[in-house]
Amino acid sequence: MTTTIPAPPVTRTAKKPARLTHRRASPARRSTPLTIAMLAALAYFLLPLFWLLIASTKSTQDLFNSFGLWFSDAPQLLTNTKETFTQDDGVFVRWLLNTVMYAGVSAVGAALLAAAAGYGFAKFRFRGDRAAFNLILGAVMVPTTALAIPTYLLFAQAGLANTPWAIILPSLVNPFGLYLMRVYAADSVPDSILEAARIDGAGEARIFFRIALRLMAPGVVTVLLFTLVATWNNYFLPLIMLNDPDLYPITVGLASWAAQAQNGGAGASSDMLALVVTGSLISIVPLVVAFLMLQRYWQSGLATGGVKQ
Amino acid sequence: MAVTTPSTAEDRSRPGRPRRHRSAGPLFVAPFLVLFLLLFLAPLGYAAYLSLFQTRLIGGTVFVGLDNYAQALGDSQFLHGVGRVALFFVVQVPVMLLLALLFALALDSGLLRLSRVIRLGIFVPYAVPSVVAALMWGYLYGPDFGPFAQLSRNLDLPAPHFLSEGWMLGSLANIVTWEFVGYNMIILYAALRTVPHELYEAAAMDGAGAWRIAWSIKLPALRPALLLTLLFSVIGSFQLFNEPNLLMKIAPDVISSSYTANLYAYSLAFTGQQVNYAATVSFLLGLVIVIASYGVLLTANRRRTP
Repeated sequence: MTTTIPAPPVTRTAKKPARLTHRRASPARRSTPLTIAMLAALAYFLLPLFWLLIASTKSTQDLFNSFGLWFSDAPQLLTNTKETFTQDDGVFVRWLLNTVMYAGVSAVGAALLAAAAGYGFAKFRFRGDRAAFNLILGAVMVPTTALAIPTYLLFAQAGLANTPWAIILPSLVNPFGLYLMRVYAADSVPDSILEAARIDGAGEARIFFRIALRLMAPGVVTVLLFTLVATWNNYFLPLIMLNDPDLYPITVGLASWAAQAQNGGAGASSDMLALVVTGSLISIVPLVVAFLMLQRYWQSGLATGGVKQ
Repeated sequence: MAVTTPSTAEDRSRPGRPRRHRSAGPLFVAPFLVLFLLLFLAPLGYAAYLSLFQTRLIGGTVFVGLDNYAQALGDSQFLHGVGRVALFFVVQVPVMLLLALLFALALDSGLLRLSRVIRLGIFVPYAVPSVVAALMWGYLYGPDFGPFAQLSRNLDLPAPHFLSEGWMLGSLANIVTWEFVGYNMIILYAALRTVPHELYEAAAMDGAGAWRIAWSIKLPALRPALLLTLLFSVIGSFQLFNEPNLLMKIAPDVISSSYTANLYAYSLAFTGQQVNYAATVSFLLGLVIVIASYGVLLTANRRRTP
């Protein structure tokens, strides 16, 4: 479960967008065998998604009775979608909204906190700054697992377990995000601009929000997007923290439906399997769309962490 | 900024510059730092504290020193779980990173048609929640309506037993590989894009071919990025939980509640109510990960300066 890994914004490639295109080979140099090999690899990565798309058009009966990689005689995507949304008084919609809320608040909060702290470490010298930064950087290696169970126990005592705070609060602290924002701030916010603003009498908060944050925007968006994914896809933490189905995010909800479908077999809850499949499809659409729409940011954004060491 | 820090002698010795901003640094860092202390260090400390106690039927909670650690180090369920993820790490991670590297080099070579489509397509699984990935592959592997089993039946071949004892670890490795090759590929690809183009031209002038350039220029340039992906993979593999937890429902006879160390800690805490022992196991697992990560870093650094 490498899921909680956030990732990296960028500095160098972002500044030189021209380079992304100028190395293109001429059409004559393109290699057909290599392209075919890569398309074969692509097929492996898209196969499960293709299966999911086909499967979500089938009734539970047809899932068993028709070939998995093609449509059945009676496709019913709309019926499945409607049933997914109305099962258990529309609990799936609730899960979707919960997920959007948890992921949205966590991502915005984590990105702002990391940006402010990264800027603080990059542009100011103060007592203990180095020690504090190294302490946080070391925490990148601390596995979320070692933290999750004791965090649950602490939250349970504080009355925070089984509330939305239990999901949001731990997602706000992103040590790797801080590291990236520090690198980003150092590279993209010139000291001369800060000095000029200070001489003009601008306060530090104003300088940060009006000037620095804007210069750091591509980096902030990248941290935001990857925290969004990490929280959206998180399973372990909400599984531990929540026991009220009304608070579940979509991942825990789907897993609980899958367990029901498994136990029910083809008996009482025979429709559950189709709902799990259709729900799975619905749950991945928003993120895939977000990635496609924001690819300009994250593609130019993924280098920093790997380049600066 | 309402709060001020005591001005130092150094401050006073340099008149004429606005000093106010010197006190602002800690204020920018403070919100993150406070949450970090509360949500990172406090739970760690609490886990360490809990691991020193045992709750007994008679006598309640008592301080037992390092007894829990001694118990864990002799606990075959814990050791097997750690061994299993170690094996998983040794096999799955090299395969995944090698594939990611090959894909990144292929994309960077400029020899591909449809390179944008291929790049995005390979990356897409990263946006799929691991819960959904595990469910999808679980159904694909399945003996009833999985397409692999269906195909085998149609061809009168024995169906593959992806969910059997012998295949399970490999089946899990396939899911994790599917999820993260694209993510690692993008990190490596982004790093390759920052290599100055002039280096390739110079090498080509000296008569270096594509393979020679890949080996002697691109690979060394990728070192930090490879190290980063390797480090993330160490942390990820040893924490393996989501995929086995979900496949456990499909194949309960194969995946036990102590199949991975993380699954074991979870079951101890939430099924077994053994909070103190669960904290011990979590803490030890964290220690294993930190040691493995340092091992990776040290090995990499030693090779850099022979």
